[in-house]
Amino acid sequence: MAENNAPILQMKGVSKRFVKELDTAEKAARFFGSSIEEQIVHAVDGVDLAVQKGEVLGLVGESGCGKSTLGRMVAGLTTPSEGSIRFYGEDIASLKGDAARRAALQIQLVFQDPMSSLNPRLRVGEIVGEAPRVHKVVPRKDVDSYVDETLERVGLDPAMRKRYPHQFSGGQRARIGIARALAVNPSFIVCDESVAALDVSIQAQILNLFMRLREELDLTYLFISHDLGVVEHISDRIAVMYLGRVVEMGDAQALFAEPNHPYTQALLAELPTFEVKRRTYSTIKGEIPSPLNPPAGCHFHPRCPHAFARCSTERPRLTEIAPGRFSACHLNEQA
Amino acid sequence: MTALLDVRDLKTHFFTRDGIAKAVDGVTFSVERGEILGLVGESGSGKSVTGFSLLGLVDPPGKVVSGEIVFDGADLVAGGEEAIRGLRGKRIAMIFQDPMMTLNPVLKIETQMVETVLAHADVSRTEALTRCREALLRVGISAPDERLASYPHQFSGGMRQRVAIAIALLHEPDLIIADEPTTALDVTIQAQILAEVQKLCAETGTALIWITHDLAVVSGLADRLAVMYAGRIVEEGPTSEIIANPLHPYTRGLIESVPHGKPHRSLLQQIKGMAPSLLNLPEGCSFRPRCPRADDACRRAQTLGTPLPGRHVRCVHPYIEG
Ligand SMILES: Nc1ncnc2c1ncn2[C@@H]1O[C@H](COP(=O)(O)OP(=O)(O)OP(=O)(O)O)[C@@H](O)[C@H]1O
Ligand SMILES: Nc1ncnc2c1ncn2[C@@H]1O[C@H](COP(=O)(O)OP(=O)(O)OP(=O)(O)O)[C@@H](O)[C@H]1O
Ligand code: SF4
Ligand SMILES: [Mg+2]
Ligand SMILES: [Mg+2]
Repeated sequence: MAENNAPILQMKGVSKRFVKELDTAEKAARFFGSSIEEQIVHAVDGVDLAVQKGEVLGLVGESGCGKSTLGRMVAGLTTPSEGSIRFYGEDIASLKGDAARRAALQIQLVFQDPMSSLNPRLRVGEIVGEAPRVHKVVPRKDVDSYVDETLERVGLDPAMRKRYPHQFSGGQRARIGIARALAVNPSFIVCDESVAALDVSIQAQILNLFMRLREELDLTYLFISHDLGVVEHISDRIAVMYLGRVVEMGDAQALFAEPNHPYTQALLAELPTFEVKRRTYSTIKGEIPSPLNPPAGCHFHPRCPHAFARCSTERPRLTEIAPGRFSACHLNEQA
Repeated sequence: MTALLDVRDLKTHFFTRDGIAKAVDGVTFSVERGEILGLVGESGSGKSVTGFSLLGLVDPPGKVVSGEIVFDGADLVAGGEEAIRGLRGKRIAMIFQDPMMTLNPVLKIETQMVETVLAHADVSRTEALTRCREALLRVGISAPDERLASYPHQFSGGMRQRVAIAIALLHEPDLIIADEPTTALDVTIQAQILAEVQKLCAETGTALIWITHDLAVVSGLADRLAVMYAGRIVEEGPTSEIIANPLHPYTRGLIESVPHGKPHRSLLQQIKGMAPSLLNLPEGCSFRPRCPRADDACRRAQTLGTPLPGRHVRCVHPYIEG
């Protein structure tokens, strides 16, 4: 994609653990000899990822596998427990003052949950216009027309600018979140399920907008979504996560055409098609894993049809199995 | 057999400073016991407000201005808040588009779920806890003991959605109104939840209104579809027939904008133009300014016609072959 090869964003060994503190009753119980322990959630577990300038990297994986946590770390909203995230070579977590503010503007996160990320007491015009005004993205006198323009871009009627977030439908709120992110002219956007709440026609409109902006403004995206159809459509490369780890990564089309990791294969096998008949859905086979207590070795082994002895003891490394294609599965070393 | 729910000419309007927003403007549909109705339509078309109206959850400046909502023989509009209060959360449960409308951020999941069980089942706390654990497993949440002891913010977006679904299942209601319940879920977990929902409807006769914009999911789930546009139902009929042969130009546009199977990075088909402002709807058919088939006849008010058996459509130029 990009001519120069230094990635705009580089993650090395990034992990995020959440420790669930004991509450008072539990602490007391432990004091009296109970074996209650603090729960540790391994939300993100040793992720290496690089994103090139101008690229769209799709991030897919099951609900709870750590996608949003990874996205929040990239946007600097939470710091890694381990590892580093470099943006233009600078460690995001260590930036201070002006440099930190600049990076925060440059990398915008479109939140998964628009309702909880939009201030309910601000009107939409203020929500979208606040940052451009404060950071002087446009001259003060032009802020209003700039807000209108931005709202129109995401398919919202500028006449709605005086309304509060709760007066919008779910999909309209999602678009307010997108408008707010676009309004500060970022160079890197983390989209967390940004089109999930949108119906297909507006989804198409927003995806087309993302693709157009990427050409016009040279934007780079980390595009988080559970919708494989959408991800395939928009991404250059795709990273597949499973229980906190990246298990496969590569060119979008190649990955879809020939998934290597058994989890990716299982995911693609489930791709919904347009059903003309009513279908019978089936429950998940095998135990659903938990990041509270991930299986040893390859996290996927309890559900993997190809698992063998080594899979339950040794963590498979993410290795390059073909140029630009990475997979973390022991099967690749079997041949 | 009379339907479990019969909605007739329902109108819910918002009286805003800028004018009257007719979010729901003459909606008619019915749902039988055990039946799954898919309510689909563009963002802002009035799907959620329809759901809120059924449960009497429309807040000022909004108001149900007219129509009937007959649930199991009783008119909830005429009966007012009193009639609905006894049903809400008991015989009619709603899974909200925003799970935080169901979940209380300051209470542990355990507290919230156990209360739900105890509210309508005469069981011990231990038994209630067992049911909660089972309900979490049913929606694909593992380690239920640890999860029960957590607060909503410690869950991922999709997990919050699933907890809200689990709570609705715990109610064992006659009717579930599910508002975009699986938008943030990946296909495997979605399939798991759809399986649970299908089982519930088939086994207990629970009826379901599945509100969504995702045609791919609803086409495999719903018996019938109702397609909404700008506060009105523009097409209604059996799911398989609508997907195979959409009659309304809007329905056809919706189906054509689904990205599945389109060439990589090609521009997606989109319905031209923007959804109209509810304050300022075009006269006649509201879809007219965006419709490829529109002509002068579309300026007249459109009524719901039946051009094919069992197929209802609000359009003078439906796509009927021949
Ligand atoms: N409190 C309110 N005041 C004014 N207008 C409102 C209010 N609540 C909803 N509306 C409007 O009513 C219309 C219908 O909203 P509704 O939430 O039912 O849409 P929806 O079909 O569920 O869309 P989505 O798919 O985006 O959730 C929208 O145009 C919305 O802006
Ligand atoms: N603040 C927190 N405290 C404790 N645990 C957390 C917190 N935030 C996230 N987690 C846990 O981290 C794991 C990953 O969560 P994350 O939100 O990153 O998942 P996700 O991949 O975005 O899932 P989804 O598709 O459902 O949104 C989950 O098990 C979640 O419960
Ligand atoms: S490493 Fe083993 S368990 Fe994991 S995906 Fe490969 S074969 Fe399956
Ligand atoms: Mg998430
Ligand atoms: Mg809605």
